[in-house]
This record gives sequence, C-alpha cells and structure tokens, in this order.
Amino acid sequence: MRLPVILMLMVMPVLAYAQDWEDRRLFNPSASGTVLRILSSTDTAVFAPIIEAFVAETPETGVEYLVTSTAEIDRLFRADPGAYDVVVSSAMDLQLKLANDGYALRLNDVAHPSWAQWRQSLFAFTAEPAAIVINRAAFAGRDIPKTRQDLIRQMRDHPEIFRNKIGTYDIRKSGLGYLFATQDARASETYWRLMEVMGGLGAQLYCCSGDMIDDLASGRLVMAYNVLGSYAAARLVPGGALETILPSDFPITMMRTAFVSKDTGASGAATGFVQHLLSGEGGDGGAEAPLPPLDSASQGSTIVLEPALMTFLDTLKRRRFLTEWENAIIQK
Amino acid sequence: MKYLLVEDNQELANAVSSRMRLDGHVVDHAATLEDASAFVETGEYDLILLDIMLPDGDGREFLKRHRASERDTPVIVLTARSEVSDRIGLLDLGADDYLTKPFDHAELEARCRAVLRRMAGKSRSVVSMGGVVFDPLAGHLTVNGEVVQLRNRELRLLEQLLGAPGQILSKQKLADRLFSYDDDASENAIEVYIGRLRKHLEASSLKITTLRGLGYRLDQDG
Amino acid sequence: MARLPVSGSLRNQLVVSLIGGAALLALLLFLVTRNFAAQVAQEGQDSILGAAAASILDAAAIHDGQVEIDLPYASFSMLANASDDRVFYAIYRDDTFLSGYEGLDAPANQADGQPTFQSTEFNGADVRVVTDTRTLIGADDRTQIRIVLAQTQDQLAGTLERISRNAALLGAGFFALAALLSFWATSTTIGQLKTLTQSVTRRGPQDLSAFRKPVPTEMAPLVTSLNSLMGRLDQSLRQSEDFIAEAAHRVRTPLATVRAHAEATLQRVDKAENRQALRAMVRAIDESSRAASQLLDHAMITVRADHLTLQDVDLAELVGDLVQRLTPVADMKDLDLAFQAEGAVPILGDPVQIQNAVRNLIDNALKYAPPESTVEIAVWRGPRPNVTIQDRGPGFPLHEMDTLTARFKRGRNAEGTIGSGLGLTIAHDVAAAHDGALTLENREGGGACVCLSF
Repeated sequence: MRLPVILMLMVMPVLAYAQDWEDRRLFNPSASGTVLRILSSTDTAVFAPIIEAFVAETPETGVEYLVTSTAEIDRLFRADPGAYDVVVSSAMDLQLKLANDGYALRLNDVAHPSWAQWRQSLFAFTAEPAAIVINRAAFAGRDIPKTRQDLIRQMRDHPEIFRNKIGTYDIRKSGLGYLFATQDARASETYWRLMEVMGGLGAQLYCCSGDMIDDLASGRLVMAYNVLGSYAAARLVPGGALETILPSDFPITMMRTAFVSKDTGASGAATGFVQHLLSGEGGDGGAEAPLPPLDSASQGSTIVLEPALMTFLDTLKRRRFLTEWENAIIQK
Repeated sequence: MKYLLVEDNQELANAVSSRMRLDGHVVDHAATLEDASAFVETGEYDLILLDIMLPDGDGREFLKRHRASERDTPVIVLTARSEVSDRIGLLDLGADDYLTKPFDHAELEARCRAVLRRMAGKSRSVVSMGGVVFDPLAGHLTVNGEVVQLRNRELRLLEQLLGAPGQILSKQKLADRLFSYDDDASENAIEVYIGRLRKHLEASSLKITTLRGLGYRLDQDG
Repeated sequence: MARLPVSGSLRNQLVVSLIGGAALLALLLFLVTRNFAAQVAQEGQDSILGAAAASILDAAAIHDGQVEIDLPYASFSMLANASDDRVFYAIYRDDTFLSGYEGLDAPANQADGQPTFQSTEFNGADVRVVTDTRTLIGADDRTQIRIVLAQTQDQLAGTLERISRNAALLGAGFFALAALLSFWATSTTIGQLKTLTQSVTRRGPQDLSAFRKPVPTEMAPLVTSLNSLMGRLDQSLRQSEDFIAEAAHRVRTPLATVRAHAEATLQRVDKAENRQALRAMVRAIDESSRAASQLLDHAMITVRADHLTLQDVDLAELVGDLVQRLTPVADMKDLDLAFQAEGAVPILGDPVQIQNAVRNLIDNALKYAPPESTVEIAVWRGPRPNVTIQDRGPGFPLHEMDTLTARFKRGRNAEGTIGSGLGLTIAHDVAAAHDGALTLENREGGGACVCLSF
C-alpha cells in the first residue's frame, strides 16, 4: 500500500512539469504525511483560503493545487485518474459524466442534502449564478438592461457602442461556457437571438471568466455575457467601473462540484478535504472573493445534478449545438 | 318352632324336613314360589328357609315381595350359587342370613338359632323344670335364680337331654348332634361335656345319670 | 398398573405438521410476493427505460444522408431517481457506433418500436438494458437507428430490499397467526379426545354400557369399537359368571341332597361300621363340596382379576361383617371370634375378592383351632392396611412355609381336616392382585398368624 503511494509521489512532479498548468501551488510544503493533488478549475486566489484552512486543521497533510480549464480537467483526469485525489470543477455536466462513468469514489459517510449531491460521490458546495457584467461607463445615461430582451434591444439600438466590445465564452474551449450556453438554449429561444445579435456585433470569445473581467475593467469590453458573478465580485468596488447583472427573465445558477478519485491513494485525506469543502469553512473568512455558499432558496434556477446533464455531451448533440452556435456567433 | 321350607328339589326337601322334625320342629314344604306365597298368606311361621332357583321364578323376587309386605318373618336363603357373587345382593334384598349348599345340618341349626335370637322376644319358648329355667335361644340357664351362660355344645347337649327327660340317650346320638363330621372328636369327648353340665346343675333337682354301655338319662329328684 | 407404551403425541404431531405447513406457506407467500413485486418493480424500470429510448429514437432524423439525433434533455431527465442511478447509452446506425458509450451494445431482435430488455453488466455495474430501433427513410436509402440505453439498478435494489422486508414481515405475521390458529385448532381437536377419556374414566367399575353421547365423525369408529369391545366384555363376563353360578348349582344341589340323607340316616343307624361308613361319606361330600366351592371361587376371582374393579372399601367394616357371619359356625365348635379394628380403614380394592380371601383365611383358622380357644382377627391401619388372623392351632410346619401358597398344597399336619388346599392360594392371589402381600408366621406359644396386607 505504501510503496505505490511513494512511487506515485516520485513520478508526479515529472508529470506535473510536463503539463502546462494555468497555475500550480503547493500548500503546507513541510507536511510530513500525504500530499493531496487537487485538480481544479477555480482560480488559486479564490480557492487558497479554503485550502489554507484545511491544512491548518490537518498539518500533516500537504496540498498540491493544480489549476486548468474544465475541458482540460476532463481530458487529464480521464487519461490518468490515479494521478489526482480530488477534482473540483465548475462544469457540472463534465463532473456528472465522470461520476456516471465510475471515476468518483462513493463517500457514504458524508451527509449532504440530496439535491446537492449525486450518488454520494459528486458533491456541490457553491451556488454561483451566470451573470452579465457591464462597464458602467458605456451605459451612462441609459437604463441598465435587466433581461436578455433588454440587452438585445440595446444592442440593436446602439450597435456602435457594442461592436467588437462584447465578450462571452468560447464554448468550444470552455466547459463552463458550454454548460451555461446549453442551459440557456434549453431555457429559451432568446438565447439564439442573443447569440445572433452578438455575432453580428463581432463578439469576442474567451476561455475564462477572469480574462473577460480583466478586459471589462480595462475598457476593452463594455459587456460580458454569462460570466461567473463570483469572479466579478472581486473587482466590484462600490461606485467602481463594473456592475453585475443577474438577468431577471431566467437566471441560471451553477454549482461547483467536487469528487474524490476512485483511484486515489489517500481516500482518508481526500474525504476529509471534501468534508471541509462542504462545511464552508474558509469559504468566506478573509478571502478577497469568497465563493458563494449553497443556498437552497436558489434551487429553482439551479442546474439540477442529474444524468440529463450528459445530454449535451453527446457527440452528435454537441456537434449539432456547436454548429448552430458557430453559425450564430461567428459571422464571416 | 314352625318352619317354611321353600325348595324345589324334593329329595333334599324331604331330607331337610325329616331331620328338622326329628328335632321337634314343624315344617311345611313348598316346591314353588306360588305354593310358598299361599303358605305365607295362610300360616304364621317363625322362619322361612328359601331356595333361590325355583321352577317358577327367582327366590329373590319372593324375598323382595315378602319384605315389601312388611312381614317380619326372618328368612334364611339356601343358595347353590357361588357365595362370591350372591352375598351382597341377598343381604341387600333383606335376607337375614344365607347358607351355601351343601350344608351341615348343625350349621343350619346354628344359623337358625342366631337369626331367631336376633328376633328375640317374639315367641320365646322357655323350658322350665326342676328349679331350672332354660332359654335355648339366648343360651341362658337359670339355676335357683342364678344365671349361667352356657357354651354352644353344652347348650345343645342340655337341649337334647331336656327334650327327652327320663329317656336314655346314646353317646353316639349325642355326639352326632354335638360335633360336625370334620371335628376330630370321639364319642368319649361327650363325657367332658356331661361332666360340665352336671356341675352347672348341681344346685338343682335335675341329675344326669350315666348308664354304662347305654348312654345318659336326665332325671329329676323327688 | 403397567404404563402403556406411548409412541409420540397426537397433539405434537398435529402442531408440528400444522406449524410446518404454515412455515412452508409463509415461505411460499414471502417468495411469491417478493418475486411478483420484483417483477412489477422491474416492469416499472423497464417502462421508463423504454419510454426514454423511444423519445431518443423520436429525435432522430436524416438530413442529406447525415443522421442527426437531437437528444432530448427529457430522455435522461426521466431516468433520474432518488438513488441517482447511473445511465449509459449508445447509438448505432446500421451497427456502426455513432455516439454514447462505446462498448455498450445489445442486439435488438424485435421490430421497430418494440423494445427488448435484458439484464447485464456494464462498466462494472449491473445494469438493465433496453434496445430499440427505428428505421429512417431518406431520399434514396433506408437506415436503421438503434439505441441501447442502460441504467444501473440501485433504486430497484432498494425497492426490492424494502419489498423483501415487507414480504418477510407479511410472511412472519402470517406464520405467527397460523401458528396461533394451529395451537387453537389442535387443542380443540384434542379436547374432544380428552372429553371422551374423561367420560370413560368417570365411569363406575361395573359400568360396561355403551357410550351414547354424540362424538365427532372421525371419533365415531373408535367409540363404536370401544362400545362393541365393552359389549363383548360385558357379555363374556356375564357368561363366565353365569356359567360358574350354574356349575355351582348343578354340583351343589345333589351333594346337598346326599348329605342331608346321609345325616338323617346316621340318626337311625346304630351299628358301628355303618355309622363309620356314613360319617366317611359325609366327610367325602364335605370335602368335594368345599373343593368345588373353592375351585369356583378361584375361577370367579380369576375372571374378575382381569378387570379388577377397584373401589373404596372400608376394610374394618368388610371384615367385621364376615366375622359376624362366621360367628354361628365358630359357636358350633365352641370357638370365640375376637374382632378388633381401629376405626375405619379405607383402602382401594375389590370387595368381593378381599372378602373371599379373608373368609378362606378365617375358615382355615376355625378348622385348625382347638375347641374353646379364641381366634383373634384384627384390622390395622398402618404402616400398610392389613388384616391379621391368629389362632392357637398347630401352626405352620416350618420347612413348608414357602410352598403353602401353591395350588392344592396342604400342610402336612392337615391330615384329618377337610380342605382343598386352595384357601391360601386364593388369599395369596388376591393379595398379589392388590399389590399386597400374604405373610405366614407361627405364634409364640403355638398357633398360626396370617397377615394379609394391602
């Protein structure tokens, strides 16, 4: 039991360096015991307080925090499920498919409301709405759009303001973007009209929320659609340049989920970490941008953790959806 | 004493009644229940000797009727049946005693005497002679007012002698009456009982005379 | 009395077979209920799977020879359940894999729209698989789309467990109820037998009449047999007793006649040798009559011993009556009968037999006692109820004491005395029939002492 763990620890750094990580940080490097490898799509800055609280509680455990995109997480993890202990991602569909495919360890001891977990193996620990973020300056003297219809109208009325200054996820690259897009499309046909309008105005495509918010702050974008509100919150200064809008026609809320790899060599520590995540400790205290905790009140708008999430991951369905999306947003 | 003998066997009836007459009793013989009923209606008896198996019925029926008619004449049943099965039924039906055939005449006599003694007082025949009063049923001998209780053999011997005063009674005859045939008693044993009687009678005017080779005779002085 | 050998208990047999049957039925009930429920539950899952598969096939379309399947979100959504069962699917076009989980395959051997179900294993889990097909007709070709949809069976297993638990409770409840009922039914049934037994036991010893009370049909043959047995017993007993009585009558009456004549003749005969002959005759008659009596008594006792009729008897009263009756006989020999009893001495026995035995013993004493002596008869209560008869006769010869109770055996010193030698035998047999004992002793100062204890 011990030898494979040691071997794995020796091989891991090699693998790690071979991979081009968005970010990578080792917490509690002096830990005497297990080092948990956490594969995550969440920015280190947002997640660090949670991990720090965890290693403070269990000083013998170290954490290696590896950040990459949701799509990349899916690919990397499927390739070598034994190399990572815990997987944290905002792409609920990909996470659910991993769990459905049997990659997640069943944690029977973890008590969690049934709507926020699936098969005692995939656990949700945040509720984060998809938001429209605007640069307040661009909307000076006009109403702030409250719904997607408002937004479409404004873009049609004032194309000059928006042209080439609209940002949204490149859903071909971003798992979370694809999830938001498919759920939007499921909810209303408005999505496709919005995409067509945005395509007509030369929408910019991003891989991540962070980049979009950076460009909004710098003024390169006036509006970003389907951005994670929680990320924007960090930049929200009262009376500042940016403003977050949660569309009132149909809000979409994503839950960040975590699971323990079925091939983990440190199921005890990994389970402990998941329980720590679910307890919410360190999620708000002292962080610049705390992750919003689960809120049963927002269940209505929350994407349900169910096998149906796999629908849009179907090859044929995805191809068809992406084709339509490309036709709408990329207008040559 | 007056007896009614109810017995269908003529031979036996003759033998029994002749023997009883010999003792000085009056015996009427009935061979059937019908005759017996007729005799009882018309005559007064001291004792009834009743056979059980009769040609015209069961003696027990007669017994039942007899008791129902509230006659108090005692009844001794003569039965040839097993004692074992009959005893209780007979006594329950009101027989005063019973005797299994064949019977020793002496035993029949003894039983009759016992039954009559129980009925005492009714027709007591007391013999009075020479200052001696003899009650054969009770076995009492009163000599000059003094009562002597006699043993059974003494009593029967005295009865014989008193029955024939002045007559010679042979030793044989006396022995026949005193001893049953299984008693291992010789005629000489009579002398013992004669001796005892003489002692009892000393104070009276009665005397037993020995007639050597002939027998004994009861005499009265004066 | 000897204990009847017992082979098992009817009640236990009934209870065991009824409870065994109930257990079997309960098990059967459990299995059938569970299987039926499992089937229903499986049908439930199958129908959802079938609907989901059908909805997926509905979304298939062909465009310019290209198959497009706009997988409906609801197809998988309808498969969601509380146990979060995993879902797998694969879509084939003319047996070519299109999308979903590669490796998940199952043949469809039915026509379009007729789903085929089977249970198999996929991805390390037990799954229920539905396969359904749809034929699409394009501009110039036909193509068959096949959907293979699988779902794990966690929910079903949970349902099954719940059903099994309920079925087990149902079975256990049924069993408990049936067991109670079987106990009740058994005691009711056995109760009828008990009632019959009680009415047999309560009967008096002489009561051999038939049972007339109504009994259940099944017991009627038994009671009929019992009645017929008792009837035969009664008849045979009556016949035996009648025969003995008749035999006694036939033997005794002529003997009585002869004896009476002999006695009468004796009165008239003087010649010594004639008298001797007559006396011998009378003695012979007495001897044969006594022998006949005792033989018949013995026969009667043997007949009765087979069904000893035990009842409460006051030994003191019984012996007292006998003494009174034998007093005239004793008187004739100038013998005194002294009777002593310490109040009532109740025992359980056959009065006729006991009376016979005691009479024989007193007869013996009267026979052997010297004239003008006393025969003492006493009834004692303890340690065991007993009757002692003591005389001042010659007593028993010491070396013959053990054999005296044998049939027709007389003491050597009995010569010259009339007797058959059955008296002690009868007393001994009666004692044995009552689990008692007959003890013979010689008294100090001469004489015999016989003790009959119960």
